[in-house]
Amino acid sequence: MNEVRAGIRLGIPIAIGYMPIAVTFGVLGKQTGLSPFEATGMSALVFAGASQFIALSLVQAGVSYAEIILATFILNLRHLLMSTSLAGFLSYQRWQSPFLSFGITDETFVVATLAEDRLSASKFLGLIFTAYSGWVLGTLLGSLFASFIPEILANAMGIALYAMFIGLLIPSIKKSYRAGVVAGLSALIAWILYVSFPGISYGWIIVLATLAAASLGIWLEEEVA
Amino acid sequence: MSVWWLIFGMAVVTYLPRLFPLFVVKDIPMPGWVKRWLQYVPYAALGALIFPGIMTVDQSNPLIGVMVGILVAMAAWFTRNLVLLVVLGIVLMIIFQS
Repeated sequence: MNEVRAGIRLGIPIAIGYMPIAVTFGVLGKQTGLSPFEATGMSALVFAGASQFIALSLVQAGVSYAEIILATFILNLRHLLMSTSLAGFLSYQRWQSPFLSFGITDETFVVATLAEDRLSASKFLGLIFTAYSGWVLGTLLGSLFASFIPEILANAMGIALYAMFIGLLIPSIKKSYRAGVVAGLSALIAWILYVSFPGISYGWIIVLATLAAASLGIWLEEEVA
Repeated sequence: MSVWWLIFGMAVVTYLPRLFPLFVVKDIPMPGWVKRWLQYVPYAALGALIFPGIMTVDQSNPLIGVMVGILVAMAAWFTRNLVLLVVLGIVLMIIFQS
């Protein structure tokens, strides 16, 4: 139980970061014609921010459901990579994986793998509970009450997840310079892709940059040692 | 057609890629280099998640996000408290944007 509680605490920065995004999703959902129940239901069942926003814009554009589902699948394929990597960082039993895996997002993945040494299943469960609650609750509030967060604060809160990522990165660099090199290379590759292919989705940028930079990390290990 | 079809469809295709590796990879022996490669994935993901995305935090000026990011990085050298760093980032954003 203490482990779950520690995990819940670990998820707080994610929930803070999710909140304004989820509220925006709720508001946009309403504008797209979703009822509060439907918008919140999407957040509760899908729990994947970027693809939910894309789904709204595609619904608005009159794209067929089948095509939206396909786009969602492709965008969220990156979780394959994160789920595979997470398996090596987590102590868990196989029967727990249906519950634990539901909560894998970009954010819960990096916090789970980098915030502490080896996470127990209970702690990860607490972590995803907080993140999930922030996401679902934010959507509900947004779809019911529109943007209740003052605009200046909502804009500023856009930095929250980035601040959290940086807070995970710096201690990693202090521990091993190679972690910093890999992260730096990944950012560089992501930027080159972003500039070179304006149409490419952020999901693919993350996948391609991660694959390339992790491979360079191993290569550096062997060549430079 | 009810929008719930869309929601359930999205839920299924999002859940399966999350579940499959965690369920299958357990207890599969992997060569050492694959394990080491997977250990690098979080750092690599972190890099791509931070940049270039941080430039889009302020729609009108990409430098604001970068500047706040650098200041948060400096603070992160002294504290691992993520909530504190998140709050610091938000406060700095408010200051820089006004």
